[in-house]
Amino acid sequence: MDVIIESLPQYWDGFLRTLFLAVVSGIIALIVGTLLAAARVSPVAALRGFSMAYVEVVRNTPLTIAFFFAAVVLPRLGVTFQQFEIAAIIALSAYTSAFIAEAVRSGVNSVPLGQAEAARSIGMTFGQVLSLIILPQALRTVVPPLINILIALVKNSSVAGAFFVLELFGYGKQLANDHGDAVMWVLVGVAFFYLLITVPLGYVAHQVERKVAIAR
Amino acid sequence: MTSVLYDVPGPKARRISLIGSIVGVVVIGGLLALAIVTLAQQGIFQAQRWAIFGQADVWTLLFNGMSATLSAAAIAAVIAFPLGLLLCLMRISDIAWIRVPTRIVLEFLRGMPVVLMMLFVLLVFATNSFVAVVAGLVLYNAAIFAEIIRAGIQSLPKGQREAGLAIGLTSFQSRLSVELPQAIRRMLPSLVAQLVVLLKDTSLGYIVAYGELLRAVQVMADFLGPQFLFPVFFVAAAIYIAINLAVSRLAIWIERRGSKKAAGGVAKAPTAGVSTVVK
Repeated sequence: MDVIIESLPQYWDGFLRTLFLAVVSGIIALIVGTLLAAARVSPVAALRGFSMAYVEVVRNTPLTIAFFFAAVVLPRLGVTFQQFEIAAIIALSAYTSAFIAEAVRSGVNSVPLGQAEAARSIGMTFGQVLSLIILPQALRTVVPPLINILIALVKNSSVAGAFFVLELFGYGKQLANDHGDAVMWVLVGVAFFYLLITVPLGYVAHQVERKVAIAR
Repeated sequence: MTSVLYDVPGPKARRISLIGSIVGVVVIGGLLALAIVTLAQQGIFQAQRWAIFGQADVWTLLFNGMSATLSAAAIAAVIAFPLGLLLCLMRISDIAWIRVPTRIVLEFLRGMPVVLMMLFVLLVFATNSFVAVVAGLVLYNAAIFAEIIRAGIQSLPKGQREAGLAIGLTSFQSRLSVELPQAIRRMLPSLVAQLVVLLKDTSLGYIVAYGELLRAVQVMADFLGPQFLFPVFFVAAAIYIAINLAVSRLAIWIERRGSKKAAGGVAKAPTAGVSTVVK
């Protein structure tokens, strides 16, 4: 137990870095994911194809492979990152945006057909229909799955910790090495800080889900 | 393909879209060409770097890595599914002292990174890395399976359970023989999709030093020399992605097949003796 209290500064530092990685990648992924979803339903065939291929490939690539590529293979090819955090953010947001695109697309499909027809019949263009009518409604219904994706993002950021970024998991590994006699408590501490983010988020998702279910 | 979101494009829109597509393809092609030229300057495409794939040893190592990946995934899936069923039944039990602790355990398992669980098992129980990988995958995925099946049971019409209880089944019997079979069938696409996640997560074994595909890449690069890192990595990543794509396709196929059959609702499940010719 003492280990946790003793290493509280490290835990706090790691916690903030995890939070930072998750928030920044989360925001980028939300924007890119929504754009990808919009591209997926757009009139331009090339955009549809690109979005589809991107989502399909990225969703089936293990995150560890992306990080291995950034941390081990790229430096071999002469590409190095001043701060590995940047590579981590790129990998995490690229990965997460594919899942967000899928969620938003299913939200677009859940908007009643009449909404789009009504918007079109009053002369709105594709961009207007999507941004003023469809997306606002679609995003509302997909808030719970989006939160679940963000929870997964928080957990996935632990992979960054395995590749040189000192966030919660990274510190956990380091502390476990330093305190060989209290490994269990060190890791319980790490778990606690993860749950500090994921459990409240899960609670919010659950509440929103109930609210939406009643509103429908 | 027509969509309500936009008109069928006229000549002008088609032209703009065509020009845009060409520009896009050129930009992406340019970026790819740039990447390839950069790689070529590093000497990536020298024949001798790729010649290692002519050696049987390289393929043996890759194959071993792949089978380590697949066997960890298969064993974890086989253990996690029954455990998930059990956890699901406990989670919806009528008895509070079973339901409440299970709920807390499930929240806990779902909120944790898989790799942390693997590290925990590896260090605290001092197991080998295979056990750690499988244990981490089992704990996490059992919790997810439990939640998926629970969602399936909750999505069933209320009458199913009521009918089960009305003909004198106990609560547990009704769950087991009326609700679970329907719930599992309904959630089959989600369950298979979760299998893809499980398969992808075996790559986390690299972090706890399990000898899976990525670790095999690392070992080969250390052994043969760093100049072979890129070719080996490239092939290994392609194998990984190909396997995952295949399993995802399977999930989509099952979903399509399921939605065709279930189009008429649960009550229309095929009865014995009636061949289903729904195509």
